[in-house]
Order: sequence, then structure tokens, then C-alpha cells
Amino acid sequence: MTVHISTLNDRTTVPENSKSSLNTQEFFINMGPQHPSTHGVLRLVLKMDGETIREVIPVLGYIHRSIEKICEHNTYRQIVHLTDRMDYLSAVMNNWAVSMAVEKAAQIELTDRIEYIRTILAEMQRLQSHQLWWGVTGMDLGAFTPFLYGFRDREMLTDIFEETMGARLTLNYIQPAGLMFDIHPDFVKKTKDYLKYFKPKLEEYEALLSANPIFQQRLRDVGILDREKAVSLGATGPVLRACGIPYDLRRVEPYGVYEKVSFKIAVGSVGDCWDRYSVRMEEMRQSIQIIEQLIDNIPEGKFITKKPAAKITIPEGRYYSQMETARGVLGVLIVSTGKEKPYRFHLRSPNFNNLWTITQMAPGSRLGDLVAMVSTLDLVIPDMDR
Amino acid sequence: MDQEILLAQIRQIDPQNQISPKKTDLIALEITATSLHEVMRTMRKQPDLSFDMLCSHTAVDWLENGFELIYVLYSTQFRQSLMIIVNIPRENPVIPTVSNIWLAAEAQEREVFDLFGVQYDHHPDLRRLFLEDDWVGYPMRKDYKDDFMLESAE
Repeated sequence: MTVHISTLNDRTTVPENSKSSLNTQEFFINMGPQHPSTHGVLRLVLKMDGETIREVIPVLGYIHRSIEKICEHNTYRQIVHLTDRMDYLSAVMNNWAVSMAVEKAAQIELTDRIEYIRTILAEMQRLQSHQLWWGVTGMDLGAFTPFLYGFRDREMLTDIFEETMGARLTLNYIQPAGLMFDIHPDFVKKTKDYLKYFKPKLEEYEALLSANPIFQQRLRDVGILDREKAVSLGATGPVLRACGIPYDLRRVEPYGVYEKVSFKIAVGSVGDCWDRYSVRMEEMRQSIQIIEQLIDNIPEGKFITKKPAAKITIPEGRYYSQMETARGVLGVLIVSTGKEKPYRFHLRSPNFNNLWTITQMAPGSRLGDLVAMVSTLDLVIPDMDR
Repeated sequence: MDQEILLAQIRQIDPQNQISPKKTDLIALEITATSLHEVMRTMRKQPDLSFDMLCSHTAVDWLENGFELIYVLYSTQFRQSLMIIVNIPRENPVIPTVSNIWLAAEAQEREVFDLFGVQYDHHPDLRRLFLEDDWVGYPMRKDYKDDFMLESAE
């Protein structure tokens, strides 16, 4: 057996007489680490033949904070304060995923009130995340107005979050065994008001950006992702659903109160950028529907079932549980030795697996289209690096 | 998924393979390192199993008891999850790659190589993922030390 360990330098050395059309030479350029369209510090090394991409080499690690290692030194209650800093646009869902994993393993019972509030907040967060994505996608492709519209509507939702959770971005609200505190008395009314306000705005979004022929041409038949390859690459969330596979954990392995609500799973057919765009637009509509079905029915009850000072220990074993965040499946693997802290804590991040689809779909297309692909993958870099 | 049939199949490949005695919440198989590639190929290709997604792959460092590699598979057709556990020694940890079965393995194995130093045989592009190419040591190992680390609280 021989194991060859290579370096980035090996990968990016241009051979003397490299094959090329048009008597040009293949060359490498860097997109990032600082690039407006990657929304974070992601570096893509591109092997170019003129304007055509031949190969994409993603280089990660610019904001690696080794959250997994820090988690090994923290108790299960402390871990949730780190996970909302991974995928900061689905902070609530990240914390829920960790809490759910701990609750399942430690067999903690929850009240209906907790499950209802968690589900509502997760859907609000999905809505908020997609609003930001919609805005920046427009901006990446040269339309500035969507960014302002998206952020305007997102800001109102953030205000509702702030009242209940005390934060605007890193929402530390869900913890193992329940919630940090009860919802704000105005929460239900404000959420309903917001949905009433936002529904017509969503139609405005469609008219403003989706109906724009230039925008459509930038997305249609660009970055087509093959079904089999998407599954094999472990892509999840809207990226996988855009390829026509209706894999949504909310339906496949229901958690929270998703069993009690009716909603459609948005799927695409071709798997191009336009499908990924449409799937997210439809998901916003479905999120609104889910919230509407739940918001009037939050049952009374306790918001936490274990005292905050009580120790949570998990019996020895290996526990894997997963959840559908705004970007795909977040898996939590806990290896416990029966102590208060995990022996090993692994997070299967959705963005990490979604990123590599770009190495399959970008070769052969133009540099400008790569921006559309990165944009519709909706990557959050801190979640990739962890 | 019938555990008996599954067990019979992996036994056929290597008689030492077994249903894991460790406590897990998914069905877990514990297999030998030499039979890993063949077991994985069976899991992927056999029509009544068809685990077409490699959800997650990671390692656990048990110090003197070696590394434990954990693979979580998922079948989009049968909506089934399966955990596969392989134990390998800590000295010279070499394991065959599964990146020719699932494309996702390429990146996930690079992450494990980067942080644990597990070497994947026949991996197409085994390189550091998060750290620089000339980094010394593997930070997720339990005995890793460097000059910038704070003292552990324990």
C-alpha cells in the first residue's frame, strides 16, 4: 500500500506544454479568499483556459475555529453557545439539532409548548435565511434593489427575534431540555402581523427579480447538477431537492411538530441554478404556511423540563441524529463515555458537503457563471470550516 | 432492513464482521479494515441495500485502543440509515478509501486525514484540508500539543 500525500502547490503547477484550445495556455487564478460573491472567506483556485473554467479547487480553513475540539471540553449545555456561530443564518436550527441529539440520547421528555415554539422559530429562521439569500443573489448577479428589499423585510423579522431571544444574529435560545426563557407576550401578535405584511411582499419579490428576463438567463441551464452525482456528493437541502429528489427530513423523519402540519416539499427538475432559486422561493411560501398553522395553537405548558442547573449526562454510546436546516442536513454525532462532556462531538455540516458540488458542475462553464453557482448554493463559510 | 440477512452478507466477506456490540442508536456494523472496501461496495451496489449517500464520516481517537472510524450511510430509496464502525491501530493508520464509491468521501476523508492523520490508500487527492500543507501534527488527536494551546481545565 502506498499513500501519496500531495500539496496545493502540486495541484496548481502548470505543466510546460499543457493541452489547450486556441493556442493559449491554461493558467490558475484565485477567486477569494476575499471576494464579494463568496460571502465569506472561501478561496476557489480556478484552472482557466481563457474564460472557460477547467477545474475548481476549493481551499478551506480561513476561519477554522475547531468548534469540535472546543466541544470536547464543554458540557452539553455549553455546546449550544458555539453551534449558533457555525451557520449563523440558521442559528436556531443548529441549536435545535444539538439539543435534539442530546435529548434523544439522554431521554429527556419535552412539553408540547417547547416543540411548537421550536418549530415556529425554525421556520421563521428559514424564512429569514432565504430572505437574505434572495437579496444577495440579486446583488451577486448585478441587481442591487433586491438586496435592500430583502434586508428591509429581514430586519423586521430580526426585531421580533430580538424581543424574544435577546439577540439579532447568534440566537442562543434553544437549549437541551427546553428553551432559555418563555416567548415574549407580543410574539404571537407581531408574528401574525409580519406574515400579513410579508405575503404580498413575496409576490413583489417574484415580480421584481424572478420575472426579470436577464436574471432568468443568468440562471437557466447554468450549473446543472446531475441527480446521481448530487446524492453521491452528499448534497442536501434545496441543492438536492432542485435535482428532483424530494428528500426533506421534515417529511422523511419528522421531528418537532412537522407531523401535524401540512406543507409541500418544493422540488426542481433540471437541477440548474434556476431550479435552486425556485425551490427556495417556494420554501419561503411553505414556511409561511407552516407558521400560520401553528402560531394560534401554541399550547400552555412549561418552557423547560429540567432545571438549568441540573447536570445532563449521556449514557455511554454513539448517537447520531440529524435535522433539516435552511441549507440542508445538519448531522450531530455524539460519542459519549457517560460523562457530562462528550468524548467526541462531530458535526456533519450541510455546507461542507454542498460546496463540493461546485467541483462537478463548474468545469466547462464561464467564469461569470461561477458567481451564479456559488450564489445559488447559498454557502455559509463558517459552517464549512467549523 | 433485516439484521440477520445483513449479518450473513458481511460475514460472507469476512467472518470476523459482526453487528456492533457497542451501544448505538442506529444499526451498526463493526467490520475489519481489510474488508471495508468490499463491504462498502456491497452496501452501495446491492439493489436491496443501495445506500447511495455517505452522510458523515469521522474518526474517534481512543488513545491506546486506536482509532475508531465511523461511517454513516443513508439510502434515499429505502430511507434507512446505517452506521459502520472500523477499528484501526494508532501506529501507521492506513485504510482503503471509499471515494470511488461515494464522491462525498473525498472531502470527508481529507478532513479526517487533516485532523487525525488517518491515511487513505488510493485516495485521489490526499492533502490537508483546513490546515496549511506544512503543518506538523494532527490537532484532533487527544494527545496533540502545540505552543499556543491553553492548559486544559481538568
